[in-house]
Amino acid sequence: MGLRKPPLYDVHADAGATFTEFGGWDMPVEYDSIKAEHAAVRESVGIFDVSHMSELEVSGPDATALMQRLTTNDVTALEPGDSQYSAIVNDEGIIVDDTVVYRLPDRDERVYLFIPNAGHDEEMYDRWTSFRDEWGLDATVEDVTEEWAMFAVQGPDALDSVTAAAPDAALGDLSKFQATFADVAGVECWVARTGYTGEDGFEVLCPWDDAETVWAALDATPCGLGSRDTLRLEMGYLLSGQDFDPETEPRTPYEAGIGFVVDLDTEFVGRDALDRQREAGVEETFVGFALLDRGVPRHGYDIADADGEVIGVVTSGTMSPTLSEPIGLGYVPVEYADDETEISVLVRGREKRAVIVTPPFIN
Amino acid sequence: MFEIPDDRKYLESHEWTTTEGDAVRIGISDFAQDELGDVVFVELPAEGDELAAGEEFGVVESIKAVSDLYAPISGTVTAVNEELFDAPELLNDDPYGDGWMLEVEPADESEFDDLLSPEEYREQTE
Repeated sequence: MGLRKPPLYDVHADAGATFTEFGGWDMPVEYDSIKAEHAAVRESVGIFDVSHMSELEVSGPDATALMQRLTTNDVTALEPGDSQYSAIVNDEGIIVDDTVVYRLPDRDERVYLFIPNAGHDEEMYDRWTSFRDEWGLDATVEDVTEEWAMFAVQGPDALDSVTAAAPDAALGDLSKFQATFADVAGVECWVARTGYTGEDGFEVLCPWDDAETVWAALDATPCGLGSRDTLRLEMGYLLSGQDFDPETEPRTPYEAGIGFVVDLDTEFVGRDALDRQREAGVEETFVGFALLDRGVPRHGYDIADADGEVIGVVTSGTMSPTLSEPIGLGYVPVEYADDETEISVLVRGREKRAVIVTPPFIN
Repeated sequence: MFEIPDDRKYLESHEWTTTEGDAVRIGISDFAQDELGDVVFVELPAEGDELAAGEEFGVVESIKAVSDLYAPISGTVTAVNEELFDAPELLNDDPYGDGWMLEVEPADESEFDDLLSPEEYREQTE
C-alpha cells in the first residue's frame, strides 16, 4: 500500500528534507538538523507541516450529543472558537486516541471539528458513524482529512510570524486553545492557539489546494517530525501509538496522566470503567525520568527498581536537545512515581541509573 | 556529495581505517554521519580490548537512530577518543578528523585486503 503524502511533499523534498513513515503518511522528519530545528522552536519560531493529522467535522442537530458520548471531556463547555484537549476511550476506558475538539462558529447548529492523530481518520469516521446509527442520532460526520492542510507555527516569535501573514486578524487576542477563521495570505484559514511543543504558537488549517501559498507566507524555520518529537518529549506530552496504544500499550487517561480531560459528570463510552478506576486508584502511572548515566533511553526498554527488578517500560526517550541530557517517559507502579525516586533503565542489557522527574523537563 | 578521502579504506557498513604511524585509526564516514543526523551518544570499547574483524565493537546513536559499529579489522585497542563521550557532535562536524573513534594495533595485516578502496566505497554510496 502506498503512503499518503502531504500537499507540500515536493516543496519539502526540494528543501532537502528526509522523510519517514508515520501513521501511513510519508512526512518530513528532518530538514537539516533535528537539534537546530528544536532550538529554532525554543528560541525563535519553527513551522511544521502536520497535514498528516486527521480532521473530522461533526454537524447537525445531535452533533453535541454524539461528541459528548464519544469523547471524555465536556464539549458543552465549548463556546464558538473554543477548543479542548480530550480522549477517545473504549468500553474499558482504554485510550483509543487523543484529540483536540474545536467548536467552529455556529452555522444552523453547533459544528465541531476534531483532530485525531495521523492514520486514525478512517477508524474514527467508522466509530462516529456506527455509534451515531446505533443511537439513532441526527448528525453528519465528514472525514475532511484531505481537505485541510495543517501547519504548526511554534515558538516565542510565533505570534509575530503568523501576524505578519495575517495582519487583519487580532491573533494576539486569542488565549490558549482559542481559535478563529482568519485571512492568511489571502486564504481563509482556521487559526488556533494550540500546539505540541510547550511554546506559544498557532496551528493553522488551510484548504489543501492553498497549502503552498500559506506555507510560503509563514516565515519560520521548517521543522520535521524529529524535532516535533523531541519538543513534545521535553514537555512530557503523550504520543498516540507509542505512549498509549489500545493494542500494544493499553492505558486509561488516569494511568496516562491526562485525568484532567475526563469529565465523569458527562455520559460517554467508557465512563463507568473510568469511574471505577478513579475510585480504586491506578496501579501504574505515566512518569518522566532523567538518566544519570550515559546512554539514550528508547521505546521498549525495561525500567528496573534499585535492585534491578523490572518494574516498568520506557514508552519514549531521547537525548534532550535543550538539556543535552537523556530523558524519557514510561509507566511504573505508583509507589515508584514520586520525584527523585531512583530507578534504572536497561539499555542493551546494562543498567543505567535514573531518577523520576515530573515533566516538563524544561522550565 | 559526501567526502570520501583517498587516504583510507572502508567497510560496507561505513567505517573507515587509516594508518597513523604504527597504529590504525577507525571511524565512521561522512555518509554515515549524514544518514544518522545529530549524533548524541557513542559507546566504545576500552583500551586493551580486542576487536574482531566484522564483529560489533560499539554503538553510535543519533536522536533518531541507534546504529551498531563493526570492526574493519582485528586487533588490540591502543587508544580511545574519549572526547566523543562529551562531544559526540564531533562525529558530525569532522568524521575523518577529530571524530576518530579508536586506534588499534592490527592483528593481521592481510585483513586490509578485504576492505573497500575509496572508489569501491564511493560506488556503494551512490
